[in-house]
Amino acid sequence: MSFLIGTEAIAHVAFWIVVGLTFGGAVIAVFPRNIIYNVLGLVMALSGVAGLYLYLGSFFIALMQLLIYVGAICISIVFAIMLSRPLHLEVPKRSVPKVAMAAGASAIFFAAVVGVIFKSNWVPAPEQSGDWSVVTIGHLLLTRYDLVFEVISLVLLVAIIGAIVTAGYSRRFSS
Amino acid sequence: MGNEVGSEWIRLIVGAVIALAFASLNALFLVWLERKVAGHIQLRPGPKEVGPFGLLQTIADALKLVGKELITPSAADKKLFVIAPVLIFMPVLVGFLVLPFAPELIIRDMNLGVLLIFAFSTFSVLAILAGGWSSNNKYALLGAIRSVAQNVAYEIPLLLTVMSVVLMVNSLRFSEIVQAQGHIWFIFLQPVAGLIYLISATAETNRAPFDIPEAESELVAGFHTEYSGMRFGLFFLAEYTNMFIVSAVATSLFFGGWHGPFGFDMKIPGIVWFMLKTYFLIFVIMWVRWTFPRIRFDQLMNFSWKFMIPVSLANLLVTAVVLKFI
Repeated sequence: MSFLIGTEAIAHVAFWIVVGLTFGGAVIAVFPRNIIYNVLGLVMALSGVAGLYLYLGSFFIALMQLLIYVGAICISIVFAIMLSRPLHLEVPKRSVPKVAMAAGASAIFFAAVVGVIFKSNWVPAPEQSGDWSVVTIGHLLLTRYDLVFEVISLVLLVAIIGAIVTAGYSRRFSS
Repeated sequence: MGNEVGSEWIRLIVGAVIALAFASLNALFLVWLERKVAGHIQLRPGPKEVGPFGLLQTIADALKLVGKELITPSAADKKLFVIAPVLIFMPVLVGFLVLPFAPELIIRDMNLGVLLIFAFSTFSVLAILAGGWSSNNKYALLGAIRSVAQNVAYEIPLLLTVMSVVLMVNSLRFSEIVQAQGHIWFIFLQPVAGLIYLISATAETNRAPFDIPEAESELVAGFHTEYSGMRFGLFFLAEYTNMFIVSAVATSLFFGGWHGPFGFDMKIPGIVWFMLKTYFLIFVIMWVRWTFPRIRFDQLMNFSWKFMIPVSLANLLVTAVVLKFI
């Protein structure tokens, strides 16, 4: 294969495919007025992010992304959909203030992330260790990456509360 | 790019082609086996007309399926309806990448192989959901919803039992887990985990007595009611390949993979041991299907949330404590 395409080129192509998957999924997750499409778009975007982690050389984080975000969060969103209004009913029009508020919130978040990206001093990661034993992973998760670990559980909590609130609201409206 | 990277690519491509071919052949064989097992359990001969012992029956059926028209219901969501049967096949193929058939017969011996199989298994639930919902048929939708609820409930005990084994070996690499079972299989050290794994795996593959997503007596055919021709064939193929994968994972996690019992290899090659054990487990899953009646939805949920999850959690805790003090 080496005489056909270089590793570098393959990596570039893979990177842009993954970026396309992420952006395409994000667009599907936001714009269609069909909630099943939205969830599947979210799945696509999150799988794309998993691909980005893989591209950055972190196989563990990529698989965890799939397990937690696709496996747990998207499936709990599917639960919320099942508990909410019937799918065949006409979806109400998007209200302008809501869209504006959502756009504002995302703009603030985007600005914050971009700010952090420009402010922080990026250093190349040290040489990757080949030690993938469960003991090492567990130690790292509870020491160096403890904050990330805790924030992920917070995200799950928010997802569950969101599911309950969504389901509760629509039940009250329909009955 | 050196020779090593090149040979790695060739290994991957050859492995993927073999996996595809094997998946189809395996499904053909398993459908035949299922009908034979069902027949003999019900005191019938099963298929016997086409070929010796009816072995060619499923090939004839497959040809018929390929020749059939692909019907898309007019009210269905066209895009998702077409994608779903393709999507359900992806996680199944990923599984073959890391299965340890023999010491040197692994396509990629990844250091997180166990995690890989379970991370990708979520996609089959999403495919069932997409297929059932896009059919725009109430039976298909009910089947899809049941499937999601069931898979969420049974994935938790499944992962917890896998964790107990992973803790014992301190590795997520399949080859290391199998190597650790050279003298004694983990089913003898972790009988509770092994049993819970087999039960949850049966539920994860939507097999009877947990086949409520396609309960034919109440839901016509469940999530694939509206599918015809080879699209239906793909769902069918995925189910039987999934059965092979969960049995192969059970073989490598609990039944010693390529090792013979208690360190006696008897000069039989590893792959033969592996296949023997895997097909025996598949036979057990079929045996269960034709012996037990389908359980009710609430029984299914109660069994998982109120019994299997607490037991597997306790098993994991005990494993951790015992390992700490050994």
